Amino acid sequence: MIEIQNLTKRFGPVAAVSDLSLTVRPGEVLGFLGPNGAGKSTTMKMATGYLAPDQGTVRICGHDIVSDTIAAQQRLGYLPEGAPAYGEMTPREFLHFIAGVRNLSGAAARAAMEHAIAGAELGAVLDQPIETLSKGFRRRVGLAQAILHDPDVLVLDEPTDGLDPNQKHAVRGLIRGMAKDKTIVISTHLLEEVEAICTRAVIIDQGRIVADATPAELAARSANGRLDEVFRQLTTRDTAVTGAAA
Amino acid sequence: MSLLWPVFKREFNSYFATPLAFVFIVIFLFAMGAFTFYLGHFYDNGVADLSVFFGYHPWLYLFLVPALAMRLWAEERRSGTMELLLTLPIPLWATVLGKFLAAWAFAGLALILTFPIWITVNYLGSPDNGVILASYIGSFLMAGAYLSIGACVSSATSNQVIAFIISVVACFLFTISGAPLVLDAFRSWAPLPLVEAVSSFSFLMHFSAITSGVIDLRDVIFFFSLIGLFLYANMLIVDLRKSG
Repeated sequence: MIEIQNLTKRFGPVAAVSDLSLTVRPGEVLGFLGPNGAGKSTTMKMATGYLAPDQGTVRICGHDIVSDTIAAQQRLGYLPEGAPAYGEMTPREFLHFIAGVRNLSGAAARAAMEHAIAGAELGAVLDQPIETLSKGFRRRVGLAQAILHDPDVLVLDEPTDGLDPNQKHAVRGLIRGMAKDKTIVISTHLLEEVEAICTRAVIIDQGRIVADATPAELAARSANGRLDEVFRQLTTRDTAVTGAAA
Repeated sequence: MSLLWPVFKREFNSYFATPLAFVFIVIFLFAMGAFTFYLGHFYDNGVADLSVFFGYHPWLYLFLVPALAMRLWAEERRSGTMELLLTLPIPLWATVLGKFLAAWAFAGLALILTFPIWITVNYLGSPDNGVILASYIGSFLMAGAYLSIGACVSSATSNQVIAFIISVVACFLFTISGAPLVLDAFRSWAPLPLVEAVSSFSFLMHFSAITSGVIDLRDVIFFFSLIGLFLYANMLIVDLRKSG
């Protein structure tokens, strides 16, 4: 469960996120949508403890991310923007490092690694340095890292960016498979992805929530029943300002 | 405490994942040898001790240790892994200490590999091995102090070159803070106790005290408190940058 209350973050005079409140419950797959610079990644960075909020609170399974950081982060799997990983390590070494940090050892670590490797389909590249891998494989290494400890809460920043259609399909299947008892937030630019896997879509623009409904409800708001039409209507009113902020 | 180990292990291994470890150790050993035998006239002195060898350590560390430390944090920031590292459930002190200890262990390894010179001097004569051991310990402590400065500076930037240059300057000031170059800048205006305080920060002074063969607790405490101070500053800088 993720509880975000009145979250605000300013960078200089620009409010990247302003007074954002959002609760995501287990079983929900929330698609976090918005134009570039809308505050999606900033919200995720605050929710995972990388950035400190100026105002507001975030609780992960009841643990405050600022005052009880470690307990909150233990329940959290996070794929940061761009799927950063240590390039000189192989996926096997990298996941082994993550398992150590997640306090998994011995048989538990092996089982968790096997599960994550299978889920992210990394078997073919396990022993190649990550920096030599294609963008799609690197993204999947980041995904494997996020799901390794079978967390209650998953925050995935553009999990399918750079994947080919087959890989996208596989990753969506993986997310859907985990959705039953987890709380999942994914940010994406792909509206068809929201329709394919999300039970709820939240659109933000200039750091504020402008829509919060099921993908079907949102699509129904437009004349032609298409989600991208609604997205454009909701987020293009102040394009010039948004562009400057980005 | 258990989380210190994975951080340490990853950082230590990362030195060996690139040619960095090899290049560093070769240059370190080559420079040590060159300084000792050519500049220091090791043979001409006709004395079987390693004081010449250890005398060059502060000056070599001045450039080589910041080169070891510059990547510790700057590289994480540049490549984006900082975000990964800081969102993993590791207490910040464990991350800071684990990284520092990995670099320190690597410096220690390079230092241990200078053992042929110890064998040489024992072959040539009968040196006081107690003094040599004390000097090695002192040299290792001093390397740790330089490293903590370098780690702290590295955490403030994502540019390794900037981290290197600022570290060298900071380390230089600490090395020679007992010398007229630094003290004269204070003498004209500062009260005597302050001038003495500044001069007491001199690495050279504390190191040469140890290489004379006496491990005085005060010198050991000096190096450890300096390490503690800079690692604490390192933690504050990382934490401060979370607020954007």
